[in-house]
Amino acid sequence: MSSAAERYNQSKINPQKVALWIAIASMVMVFGAFTSAYIVRRAAGNWLEFKLPDVFFVSTAVILLSSITLHLSYTGFKAGNEKRYKLMMIATAVLGLAFIVLQYKGWEALNEIGATFTVNPSSSFIYVISGLHAAHVLGGIAALGVALTHAFILPYKPTLRRRQRFELVVQYWHFVDLLWVYLIIFFMLNGS
Amino acid sequence: MAQVVTAAETLEDKLTEELGYNDHFHEHHHGDKYQSNFLTTYIFSTDHKIIGRQFLMTGIFWAFIGAAMSIVFRLQLGFPEADMAWLRPILGKWIQVDPNGIGKLDPEFYYSLVTLHGTILVFFVLTAGLSGTFSNILIPLQIGARDMASPLLNAFSYWFFFLAGVVLFLSLFLSTGPFSGGWTAYPPLSALPQASEGSGAGMTMWIVSMALFIVSALLGGINYITTVLNLRTKGMTLWRMPLTIWAFFITAVLGVLSFPVLLSGVLLLMFDRSMGTSFYLSEIVVGGQVLERIGGSPILFQHLFWFLGHPEVYIIILPAMGIVSEVLSVHSRKPIFGYTAMVYSMLAIGFLAFIVWAHHMFMSGVNPFISNFFVIFTLIIAVPSAVKVFNWIGTIYGSNFRFTSASLFGVGFVSMFISGGLTGIFLGNSAIDIQMHDTYFVVAHFHIVMGIAAFFGMFAGVYHWFPKMFGRFMNETLGKIHFWGTLVGAYAIFWPMHYTGLAGVPRRYYDAGATFESFRHFGDLNKFITVAAIFVFFLQVLFIINFFYSIFSGRKVTVKNPWGANTLEWTTPIEAGHGNWPGRIPTVQRWSYDYSKNGEEFIPQYVPLKEGERDMGH
Repeated sequence: MSSAAERYNQSKINPQKVALWIAIASMVMVFGAFTSAYIVRRAAGNWLEFKLPDVFFVSTAVILLSSITLHLSYTGFKAGNEKRYKLMMIATAVLGLAFIVLQYKGWEALNEIGATFTVNPSSSFIYVISGLHAAHVLGGIAALGVALTHAFILPYKPTLRRRQRFELVVQYWHFVDLLWVYLIIFFMLNGS
Repeated sequence: MAQVVTAAETLEDKLTEELGYNDHFHEHHHGDKYQSNFLTTYIFSTDHKIIGRQFLMTGIFWAFIGAAMSIVFRLQLGFPEADMAWLRPILGKWIQVDPNGIGKLDPEFYYSLVTLHGTILVFFVLTAGLSGTFSNILIPLQIGARDMASPLLNAFSYWFFFLAGVVLFLSLFLSTGPFSGGWTAYPPLSALPQASEGSGAGMTMWIVSMALFIVSALLGGINYITTVLNLRTKGMTLWRMPLTIWAFFITAVLGVLSFPVLLSGVLLLMFDRSMGTSFYLSEIVVGGQVLERIGGSPILFQHLFWFLGHPEVYIIILPAMGIVSEVLSVHSRKPIFGYTAMVYSMLAIGFLAFIVWAHHMFMSGVNPFISNFFVIFTLIIAVPSAVKVFNWIGTIYGSNFRFTSASLFGVGFVSMFISGGLTGIFLGNSAIDIQMHDTYFVVAHFHIVMGIAAFFGMFAGVYHWFPKMFGRFMNETLGKIHFWGTLVGAYAIFWPMHYTGLAGVPRRYYDAGATFESFRHFGDLNKFITVAAIFVFFLQVLFIINFFYSIFSGRKVTVKNPWGANTLEWTTPIEAGHGNWPGRIPTVQRWSYDYSKNGEEFIPQYVPLKEGERDMGH
């Protein structure tokens, strides 16, 4: 009986992962709404055109790199490579913070070329969308903070429970990374 | 009779022991530490049954407030000359008393009442109070789960809703009054703090309240979906789920996908209000001053708002549909007619919900060619809706129908849904909308099809599951008075509005359009509507009295399964503790609608299929 019960349990995906996927779907809707609003508003004319500061492309590279380091950390965790697990996780956190700093530099650069927060909806949208994305990255850094305490304060134990928790962080982090890639491509294609 | 019941219960115990699924829940005793005192048991509970009842009680509180508001503005509309000074103790300075001692409702406050009536009823009562209540109580019980996937987030969902209510309630006491720009919060009235009295602090509090409410809806929705997908008991395949669960599941999906869009829209609104952006504001003159904002589009807000707003009406009506399907089937003692078609039609309605939003905007300047697209998809919704109506009628047709308060409200729901749905076909046409938009025809349509209908679904659910929630029955006589009075009264309120609306009487006017010569002759009709509204209001007070009286002194439930229903919630003890089942979780052997089959009146879901018997769920 109990082996049947175990098999029955294993056939299901971890409920927390399901919940996170659903939450990600709702976040996709938030940003989908923003970018749709951007298109609708842009089509109505009176749209200030400007070139996106280069620093945003640097930040794109940084957040892409952070996904790679987090993946290396995760494979290190699974393979029992404690050193790589810890080192790459710190690298991810540093890159994540660097991304936030670079985004801030990007907003400053926007301000300098006259694309201020209130001058035209075209620039307002960039601040609001990238700002809300940065808030999501900060949430990811907070989650990473929990993972860091697991890695550095608790003894290393690659248990199923620990792995599932780590996987939640990984899942969310890759999401905010991909989200930014979508946003930067969107901004490039819809010329602001 | 009593012996038969005992036999059935021993059979149930035997089957649960034999086939039940042992999840070792009670070996850990983690259920009890949360319920150690009054506060943790009844207030800060993480038990889904308590949280569901919290949603219900809070919903009833808000329904009372919202309905009382409608009575105040109906008095104004029906009896514009009457003295309202007697309301001064409650409404204070919003009743202006002239030197002759005649009290008049402040016009600005009239708009606040209309605005808050809409906000409260749509969000607090028919979203949180309906799907919040029944998703919480029924999802774990009917799918055979110990609790929600995340009981803690579930409790947060309630408390965010509670806080949203507190913020909105406090806005009633602002010296400038609550928000008054309509529940849709269109800019510029919502975007410019100086636009009207309620647009300042009142609107700020409205936005904060909505933001909290959206968080509540998202936390709840994520939980409901995860629970349905992950925590179904052994044997409970998707196609064996009761239609209630299908309805709550689809409702939650709609909420999780549409509320975030409102959040985006409201966020941009906040930036327009306080940071000086112009997403929604274009060149506007307010109080003789030209604003510096340029280039915004108020239509943009309408798009974002109605992308939530339309799915929202299905978030309201789908749970009612699920509840009514279950209640009608149980009380007809017949399987639901066309179970699969019921599920697919709900999925179709859920899908179409996302591609019809602009039918709320036909007259606000959207491209007429784009309107064509929205007209077609809007009218297509009539197809799955008609399938559902046909199936409900098919379910009760030729049945040995039990006339209980619950089943009567189920039938009342079908009646309201047909009446209100038919006028939806009028309004879905962009050409007819030129005459009908913003008239009482619209008011009549949406009040019948989603207001009254959803309330009837909710009442059906409350009367039906009251024994499960409180271990007692509600008073049937009062329930039937409540039903017949409300059925007749609700039609008396909204039927005449179709006539005034067709004639073009605009909605939301303080004087019901009496400044126009051509609308003056509707004065008597307006009086009639107001009297009917007061009559219906007191019937709902009767319901509330019955509800609370029955909690403490209603007839006690003596058997686990008083209605003879098949679903799993009736296999739990009458007063189910944390974890719902004291021992093993029953496993599911068949679909939930085996009524009047194989010579038996009903065959619960835990009873194994006989040799050669085909399961109706697939």
